[in-house]
Amino acid sequence: MRRPAVARPIPFPGMPRPSSSGPPPIVVESISKTFRVPEERTHTLKERALHPLRRTRHETFKALQEISFDVRKGEFFGIAGRNGSGKSTLLKCLAGIYGVDCGRIWCNGRLSTFIELGVGFNQDLAARDNVVLNGIMMGLSPREARARYDAVIDFAELREFEELKLKNYSSGMHVRLAFSVAIQVDAEILLVDEVLAVGDAAFQQKCFDVFNRMRDEGRTIVFVTHDMGALNRFCHHALLLERGAPVHLGEPHEVADRYLEINFGRDPEAAGAEGRGGDGEARVLDAWIEDEHGERPGSLPQGQRITLRARVSFMVDVEDPAASVYVLNDEHVAVLVATTAREHERSGHFTAGEEVVFSFAFDNVLAPGRYSPLFTLAHRGTGLDLMDRFEGSFSFVVTGPEAMGGLVDLPVEVAVSRDAAALSERVGA
Amino acid sequence: MSTEAPPYAGLGRPIRGPRALTDDWVRFWHLTYNIARNEFKLKFFGSVLGYVWQVMRPLLLFGVLYVFFVVISHVGHGGKPSEKYYGVQLLGSIVLFTFFGEATAGAVRSVVDRENLVRKIQFPRMVIPLAIVLLGFFNLMMNLIVVLIFALISGVHPMLSWLELPLILAMLIVFSTGMAMLLASLFVSFRDIQPIWEVFSQILFYSSPLIIPVLTVREKLVPHHTFLFHLYTLNPLVAVFQQFRHAMVTHATPSIGATIGSWTGLLGPTGVTLAVFALGFWVFNRTAPQVAENL
Repeated sequence: MRRPAVARPIPFPGMPRPSSSGPPPIVVESISKTFRVPEERTHTLKERALHPLRRTRHETFKALQEISFDVRKGEFFGIAGRNGSGKSTLLKCLAGIYGVDCGRIWCNGRLSTFIELGVGFNQDLAARDNVVLNGIMMGLSPREARARYDAVIDFAELREFEELKLKNYSSGMHVRLAFSVAIQVDAEILLVDEVLAVGDAAFQQKCFDVFNRMRDEGRTIVFVTHDMGALNRFCHHALLLERGAPVHLGEPHEVADRYLEINFGRDPEAAGAEGRGGDGEARVLDAWIEDEHGERPGSLPQGQRITLRARVSFMVDVEDPAASVYVLNDEHVAVLVATTAREHERSGHFTAGEEVVFSFAFDNVLAPGRYSPLFTLAHRGTGLDLMDRFEGSFSFVVTGPEAMGGLVDLPVEVAVSRDAAALSERVGA
Repeated sequence: MSTEAPPYAGLGRPIRGPRALTDDWVRFWHLTYNIARNEFKLKFFGSVLGYVWQVMRPLLLFGVLYVFFVVISHVGHGGKPSEKYYGVQLLGSIVLFTFFGEATAGAVRSVVDRENLVRKIQFPRMVIPLAIVLLGFFNLMMNLIVVLIFALISGVHPMLSWLELPLILAMLIVFSTGMAMLLASLFVSFRDIQPIWEVFSQILFYSSPLIIPVLTVREKLVPHHTFLFHLYTLNPLVAVFQQFRHAMVTHATPSIGATIGSWTGLLGPTGVTLAVFALGFWVFNRTAPQVAENL
């Protein structure tokens, strides 16, 4: 395996996978895993003895179905999916904690696992005994494990708490310690489950630095996440699971797009007539979103011109009404607000029974995610004298290559200038 | 999905899921030893008097039994030669039974209580019950030192037959380990194993020759109920305790072979010991791959 001479940048969408020279660290060949969930669990010998003939009925739950992939050396492999999609089960199968029903897994190199919180620490013991035992569990000799204790405790930033019993640790401290052990055992392959969900920002950054370093050293990391940002930032390749079945295997940004679609796109179009405000002199009958071609898709890629439309019916004669739209994101923050009152204050006279369509077109610069529009109809004036408030009738999903964290993704011109003196002169002028 | 069929040669080791055992025996031993050591440490440093309690427990039990059965009820005080050093015989048996009790009672919950390990790390599952047995063995060694001191004070002279001790302990350990493996795996599916075993353990305590010497039992049973006596001697603990008394304390107490009548009679308890071990091993080995899911 040819190692890169210098630290590679963080992968970006379209970053090539490492070449597949040498034996792959992990090969998964069509594995399936079924859990048997007994309907009434016989937990005691007594029950068994009293009802020897009653067969416990089992419901089977297909946790994983026909999953195949291979991970290349030096690769960051992401496993994405919603809660309960089987991604943690898959990781546990890779780690050898669960056996698979059929299919095969091969592994080349020492494996280190970081599964869920606090990797089986004994709460009544101090850090040292736990770190040593965990090191041995992951394949170190006791001597190696003891020698690495200092590095582990320093990385976890727990030096001042090392004498403390683990039951007095906070959950964040637990995770830091567990993660430190997992990365200190010199594994060629690291399996990580949801590491980004815990730990403060500084420690997360430290984890990312470690990930980057490990990748540069040609080690392999498989990590499970439902954070599409992290998926995009770190992974070369990713697998999307849904209900235990593989949905997509490919570039992280493709996976992220599919994930958003699956997650939000099939949301039942909730009928949102509940709690409508206003005096009812006009009603929004219907609202929808159109793309450039006049289609009404559930998800829209960034960069297109999109149009929000609302069909309105007037019950009585109304003079110069104002129609507004609020585009709310997941956190109910209005990312975009538009109103007819600005440009069309005198929108005209509408007679009772008349039906019109108000349209709001804009370039889609929204950050990837789900949005739900809120329409209001108000009498002329302050805009607070509502006739109708129409909310929650539908939502749409914006897909994009990468969630950078901003509310919107405006085109930004980035430049670097060495000529600082000239620049400051111009600013001074 | 990747469609190209992977060439199977040179793919490294297959991941087969959890197992009871491993090919890496060095790691197996390190794990067992370290889990036992950690538990030992917990007991040692856990309370103010620490290890004193560990030694005190059999001594206190001995004190109680001695006062009630020997001083008040005059069991083992009939002046028979076989009841020479009865106190040492009793204490020795209590210490041996304490090991059996700790190893088995501790093993019952051992796998379930270590759920967070079992569900998160791949390691040979057999390590867990074996670590419990090893922990009991540490305690046994400490307690045997107390027995030795007590024996020397009581006037027991060192004998060549003390060399039989490893053999006697081996039988006890193999039997206890078999029970430990069996109980640990059964408890995963049947949670009432714990109270059941507590009762069973009590029965074994009183039916084994701790307080009532084997000879007394034999006197009661042998001419008319020989079958019952043979059933009684099938209990490996009978053999272990009796041989301990014979070899370690005084030859005035007959050896287990002499007690049963012939050395071939030893095949019974030995067979039971090996059968329990084999059964425990088989059950644990069979259930180990699914333990993480069934917890």
